[in-house]
Amino acid sequence: MDEIDRLLLTLIQREFPLSERPYVEIAEKAGVTESEAIARIEAMREEGLIRRMGASLNPRALGYVSTLAAARVAPGRVDSVANYINRFNEITHNYERDDEFNVWFTVIARDEAVVAAIIDDIRKHSGADEVIDLPATHIFKIKVNFDLTK
Amino acid sequence: MEFSEKEIRLLRALQEDLPVRERPYADLAARAGMSEAEALEIARRWNASGIIRRMGAFIRHRKAGVKANGMVVWDVPEERVEEAGRAMSERDCVSHCYARPRSDKWPFRLYTMIHGATEDEVREQARMVSEELRVENFRILFSLRELKKSDTKLFMEEDR
Repeated sequence: MDEIDRLLLTLIQREFPLSERPYVEIAEKAGVTESEAIARIEAMREEGLIRRMGASLNPRALGYVSTLAAARVAPGRVDSVANYINRFNEITHNYERDDEFNVWFTVIARDEAVVAAIIDDIRKHSGADEVIDLPATHIFKIKVNFDLTK
Repeated sequence: MEFSEKEIRLLRALQEDLPVRERPYADLAARAGMSEAEALEIARRWNASGIIRRMGAFIRHRKAGVKANGMVVWDVPEERVEEAGRAMSERDCVSHCYARPRSDKWPFRLYTMIHGATEDEVREQARMVSEELRVENFRILFSLRELKKSDTKLFMEEDR
């Protein structure tokens, strides 16, 4: 990845235009031609640096409800508890973390009752010792693009 | 919120992978069964109203050199949640900042994702935030393992 690649990758994360020829604008800002910008970005995608091109939708604006939950799981049981949790389509992220609460997962669904039922099911049947539900009371910041030019 | 069948097809298509070529939205429109102009017009409207949070590339951070991140949780007194949440959000190294309920099992009230080149850099950033905002009780929870990560797909067949 050279400097132009880094700039391109920063630009397409930040302000990808909703216009007929988005790469024209991107290329101009990076000082390359449209076809060079496309070739470089396609190469970064093939390398796996770019996971996806598309939209991130705002679940709340679309009426979805989500939460973060933390489970305290005995060290030897993390895999089996994770298998139980991960079967739900509504669970999108799940991480093992180094804390007494060691399994952290997000639940997202069309309404509150579904989220509550999933948390309840996991509490009763997954094998976790304890599950705490931590729905956001305030969102201060969500930034998912990174400046790679620094 | 009600969407037409056509709009739902567009919402689905927007969550798929767009090809990297001159007119990526022509492909998007074809998938949604509408003209490119119509797809762009609706997408612009959704972008302005906040239904689309962000349009563009999603990267693999580790591969791109944003190597370490930690979830840092903060035990902030109730009357300081707002002020501390805003102050933490102003920092470049903080990508996410949420307030979540406190409980007797878990005293933490603010949640941040802090990014850095190394785990030590994340620790250093957290220490600086702690000092500057005078929040002494905090914990850094590094992830040991990704157990599941899927793109959040909304308005798919199975949940309708």
